[in-house]
Amino acid sequence: MAKSQELSVQEKKEIASKEESTVPARYYVPYTDIYETEDGLIVVMEVPGVEKKDLKVDLEEDALKVEAQIDFKKYNGLDPLHTEYNVGHFRRSFTLGSKVDRDKITAQLDDGVLTLTLKKTKEASPRSISIS
Amino acid sequence: MAVMFSDPFSTLFNLQQMLDASRSSSWLDAGPSGVGAYPPINVFRQGDDFVVLLELPGIKKSDLSIQVKESSIRVAGRKAVEYPEKAGLHRRERLSGEFDRALNMPVQIDADKVKAEYRNGMLALFLPRAERDKPKSIKIA
Repeated sequence: MAKSQELSVQEKKEIASKEESTVPARYYVPYTDIYETEDGLIVVMEVPGVEKKDLKVDLEEDALKVEAQIDFKKYNGLDPLHTEYNVGHFRRSFTLGSKVDRDKITAQLDDGVLTLTLKKTKEASPRSISIS
Repeated sequence: MAVMFSDPFSTLFNLQQMLDASRSSSWLDAGPSGVGAYPPINVFRQGDDFVVLLELPGIKKSDLSIQVKESSIRVAGRKAVEYPEKAGLHRRERLSGEFDRALNMPVQIDADKVKAEYRNGMLALFLPRAERDKPKSIKIA
């Protein structure tokens, strides 16, 4: 892959939710990379403008839910003149294919990028079986 | 009397509506790079001064360069997305690469007093309007 690739704007996708919430605020879908290593899954999400305290990561059965709220109090006293992107909370959920050890999930937030490390449970990690 | 929830969500909704409304404004139209270039910017007014916000998640501070001259601002840098060698990719949505964007403000900027802040993947530029550019009120003698 060429290193000097030009960055283009990714228009933020709004969540098309099955159920509507009672408050009219909009949620957006964070751009996400997911990759699998030998012992786990790594989920990398872009959530610009989100503070560590406003992040919520939930794992229920096989559903991984991430909700990230932006602190819009920072926009107090600011009068928009020209805008190219909208601001909103982020929310996304995934159904996990393999069993994950829920006690060993770690989350790290750096420069607006959330990295979740999900370790596979022992039963789910591949093991070689020797033929007797 | 209806109970008004002074909840934070309505504040957000108002902000989002305001942002949508000014999306169609023609302000900054004659800029050199135009609209649609990376990174997308939002320009706000704060009193006499301007605040420019850019969403730049996952960029190292050392990979960002900002230049200001008179009324133009240039933001350039590189965004890297890395994967470990042995990983199997399931989803790839994040983009990486280089960017370079200039924008022209319709007013003169006091270049010495410009402040830049990069936190949580957001770049904020505080652009004070140049003293000589501020409108003067004139008293009628």
